[in-house]
Amino acid sequence: MPDLLIELFSEEIPARMQKRAAEDLKKLVTDGLVEAGLTYAGAAAFSTPRRLTLSVEDLLAESKPVREERKGPKVGAPDQAIEGFLRGAGVARDDLEVRDDKKGQVYFAVIERPGRLASDVIAEVLDKTIRNFPWPKSMRWGSGTLKWVRPLHSIVCLMTDESGATLVPVDVDGITSGDFTYGHRFMSKGAISVTSFDDYEAKLKRANVVLRADERAEAIWQDASNQAFAQGLEVVEDKGLLAEVAGLVEWPVVLMGKIDEVFLELPPEVLQTSMKEHQKFFSVRNAKTGRIEQFITVANMETADNGATILAGNQKVLSARLADAKFFWENDLRVAKGEKMQPWLDAQANVTFHNKLGSQRDLIERMTALAKELAPAVGADPELAAQAAQVAKADLASEMVYEFPDLQGLMGRYYSEAAGLPAEVAVACEEHYAPLGPSDEVPTAPVSVAVSLAEKLDKLTGFWAIDERPTGSKDPFALRRAALGVIRLILANNVRLNFSDFIEDYAYVFVAFDFDKQEVPPQTGLDLLKQFDALLDNLGSNFDRANLIKEFTKNKIGELSEEARVYYFDKFVETRERLANLLTFFHDRLKVFLRDQGIRHDIIDACIAMPGNDDLTLLVKRARALSETLSTDDGENLIQGFKRANNILTQAEEKDGVEYSYGADIKFAEHDAEKALFKALDEADAVIKPAMEAEDFTTAMTAMAGLRVPIDAFFTDVQVNAESDVLRRNRLNLLSRIRSTCLAVADLTKIEG
Amino acid sequence: MADKPRSFQEIILRLQSYWAGQGCAIMQPYDMEVGAGTFHPATTLRALGSNAWAAAYVQPSRRPTDGRYGENPNRLQHYYQYQVLIKPSPPDLQDLYLGSLAAIGIDAEMHDIRFVEDDWESPTLGAWGLGWEVWCDGMEVSQFTYFQQVGGHDCKPVSGELTYGLERLAMYVLGVDHVMDMPFNDPQSPIPLMYGDVFKQTEEEYARWNFDVADTDTLLQHFKDAEAECARILAEPHDDPKTGKRIIMAHPAYDQCIKASHVFNLLDARGVISVTERQAYIGRVRALAKQCADAFVQTEAGGHAA
Repeated sequence: MPDLLIELFSEEIPARMQKRAAEDLKKLVTDGLVEAGLTYAGAAAFSTPRRLTLSVEDLLAESKPVREERKGPKVGAPDQAIEGFLRGAGVARDDLEVRDDKKGQVYFAVIERPGRLASDVIAEVLDKTIRNFPWPKSMRWGSGTLKWVRPLHSIVCLMTDESGATLVPVDVDGITSGDFTYGHRFMSKGAISVTSFDDYEAKLKRANVVLRADERAEAIWQDASNQAFAQGLEVVEDKGLLAEVAGLVEWPVVLMGKIDEVFLELPPEVLQTSMKEHQKFFSVRNAKTGRIEQFITVANMETADNGATILAGNQKVLSARLADAKFFWENDLRVAKGEKMQPWLDAQANVTFHNKLGSQRDLIERMTALAKELAPAVGADPELAAQAAQVAKADLASEMVYEFPDLQGLMGRYYSEAAGLPAEVAVACEEHYAPLGPSDEVPTAPVSVAVSLAEKLDKLTGFWAIDERPTGSKDPFALRRAALGVIRLILANNVRLNFSDFIEDYAYVFVAFDFDKQEVPPQTGLDLLKQFDALLDNLGSNFDRANLIKEFTKNKIGELSEEARVYYFDKFVETRERLANLLTFFHDRLKVFLRDQGIRHDIIDACIAMPGNDDLTLLVKRARALSETLSTDDGENLIQGFKRANNILTQAEEKDGVEYSYGADIKFAEHDAEKALFKALDEADAVIKPAMEAEDFTTAMTAMAGLRVPIDAFFTDVQVNAESDVLRRNRLNLLSRIRSTCLAVADLTKIEG
Repeated sequence: MADKPRSFQEIILRLQSYWAGQGCAIMQPYDMEVGAGTFHPATTLRALGSNAWAAAYVQPSRRPTDGRYGENPNRLQHYYQYQVLIKPSPPDLQDLYLGSLAAIGIDAEMHDIRFVEDDWESPTLGAWGLGWEVWCDGMEVSQFTYFQQVGGHDCKPVSGELTYGLERLAMYVLGVDHVMDMPFNDPQSPIPLMYGDVFKQTEEEYARWNFDVADTDTLLQHFKDAEAECARILAEPHDDPKTGKRIIMAHPAYDQCIKASHVFNLLDARGVISVTERQAYIGRVRALAKQCADAFVQTEAGGHAA
């Protein structure tokens, strides 16, 4: 069976797109082949800066003929019906066969599709693939209309079997397929003819092109490590950079050079970022001192002077870049040391955080208040937390962060240290953005936790207050990530926090913020709005807006116009309503988070239904214990027993129109199993109640699971719906005890299965 | 391989003669203040429509915010760009470009030349294209773009645009660390001149004027005037009542667009444009560019069949 080789040779493909493009090429072509009935043994795709390559092994040379029979209308059916059938089957009337069927004579169409040559199918599939390729961005060139990531120059499309190679003719807008390709742009001259994939890969290597990206990456890493090692140094690992650099060269040549002494006083992260962002250099570090002393650049060229000119050029560019960074660093240090970062803090007032949520300065004020309030709950000193929140965003106005946004936070730490602030504050500047990604480490230093929580909670409540929630795939403000960050911070640090309190308080903050804009002192606004709360608490179901506004008016806010009072009142009510469902959002994110840890969503639902569900630490503790219990034999069977009890009880309650929740009496117990259940329930209750109060869910749930045996025995031996009404009622009340005992632990009605 | 050039002007002269040899019309700089070579009508307008085109030229460019009183080794508020525009983009444009590097003494056998992804977009011109920044030993020496849209119009055919930052490129080729120390003419000349001899003083003068002295009220008025004049020109009927000819005044209108763009840059340097206003100003210049493009494609040079 033949092999297939396809190469699409173009001008330089952006490094970040190459891998995905190779995968897309493989998928589109092989899917097309299989759809046409051509199966194959294996396929692999490759990319370099100038080419996408696909190799398919052991492809069917020809697709099998297909014979299909279709049953049509009855003989004598209306012409319309018959013609419709002919169109659908794609056959002529004369080709129909008449066969006997149960209900008489029926037309049959026999459709035969001949097998197709692989070369015909390939040509068709490749043409379609090229025209519909899913590049993130594509372009036209010259006078053509074809789109590709950059101009496409040539196509190799070859089938190879024992008898040799055959060209598959393809013509895409004048670009015709051939059996030749090109080697390295500078180190190889002219076209190279190829006969098979193996021949292609070998000849490319001779023409200074390493086809496989992983082979290029491996070579770069090996050579870089060796060169560093030879000088007693080590390369700072950076997988993302390695992959990118491997996509920028066809023939990697690793060159190591020194960083000028004058730049070595810069923080290592600054050196690293500057070298990586602008120059795609790896950093080379002295393992003993941790200092970055040299760099690795990867050229695409071997030269007569062994890269001396290239290295000298790169060194020169680096010096110019680092001279800029040094200039920023020194200027910034002057502001940090001399003026304690004050100009940066002042500058925040002119930076918009969000047009409805005010400036960066407003954000900082809110964060400060919140961090201070949260501090006791996370074991942080409130004054330190407030101080940290004040300066956490200062570095955003520094020159270094303007130039290298990735260094935000980290520079904040350096500059806070330079300003002589307490170590906890400096660390919080760096850590308060964390955790960002799901695998990011979670801060544990109390001040950092307070500021990080404040930052994220402010963001979430703020965007909720202005009704900018994530919808579907749209989450422009990364609010899901912020919620996950809050969840991880709380759980990792065992923070006990009743969310609802904070969330509700925040309704005031955002209205007060708006108030502030109206030039009423914010504190006045806040006090004033707190008065709303007292009023709203007494709302009940009768919401008399006019009356409430009048009440509100009486409360010494005469300085506000009637119009303003109505405005703030409405805004407050609206904001509070918007914030009300933030807790649900947290619960949804929590489900996603716990699902990844193997805790089922129905288990979480069973725990969310319990009181105190805004304390995420408590909620998760309960869910873990329940998950554990339900994974045991007793636990699983208990659920069945509980459900049976609950079903019988619910049906009886519906039928009788009463609630059996009271007064089961052991003196009416007839059977041993019944008596045993009474006893078991008494014993379980005695354990469960104190355990629940101590939040010892494992003990409570083990006691609950222990009810399995007596409940099962009860259902085996005892008829609930006894003839005697007294016995029946007593037994139903006993079932009610099962229900209430179990529901004290978690809402087991929510458990599925 | 050609010898190493010895001066800034020799590099310019070699580029001129190389691109003349490739059949480009060697044009002169546009006689207005522009931020980049792309603003020259030989690029912006000629990239539109179906007519073939090939031009190369030096364009003095002004970026008031980049002024550093001539002290920064690389930053200038006035500098030169070398610009090439060929429509339709020839299939061997990359090779032609590499030939130009060879012509100014960059031997591809000794250097590491790379095409690194860089998508170009000009919000003021309503233009974008895909291409690369070209690196020579880690330094960006040119911008290489296949224009896809200009003034909101799809480019059909597509133009290939090359832009060389002449000072930076020349500093690299000549091995100079500070722009002001670069030989402008041949150092062996009877009167050798450095770049600093020609431009150090003007950099100081313009930096002071750009940042602190330019009258913002006057500039704001200029912006409004240019905007109004552009609209007025384009509102005129296509048929000239005096000559009876069809004369669409796309170029005079576009001059006003260029003017508005430069005035905006000056206002920006004076720091009187806030972040939110900035977007609005850019949008206003873009609207002018778009109207000029709309007008140009109705002219003969813009591919309109008579």
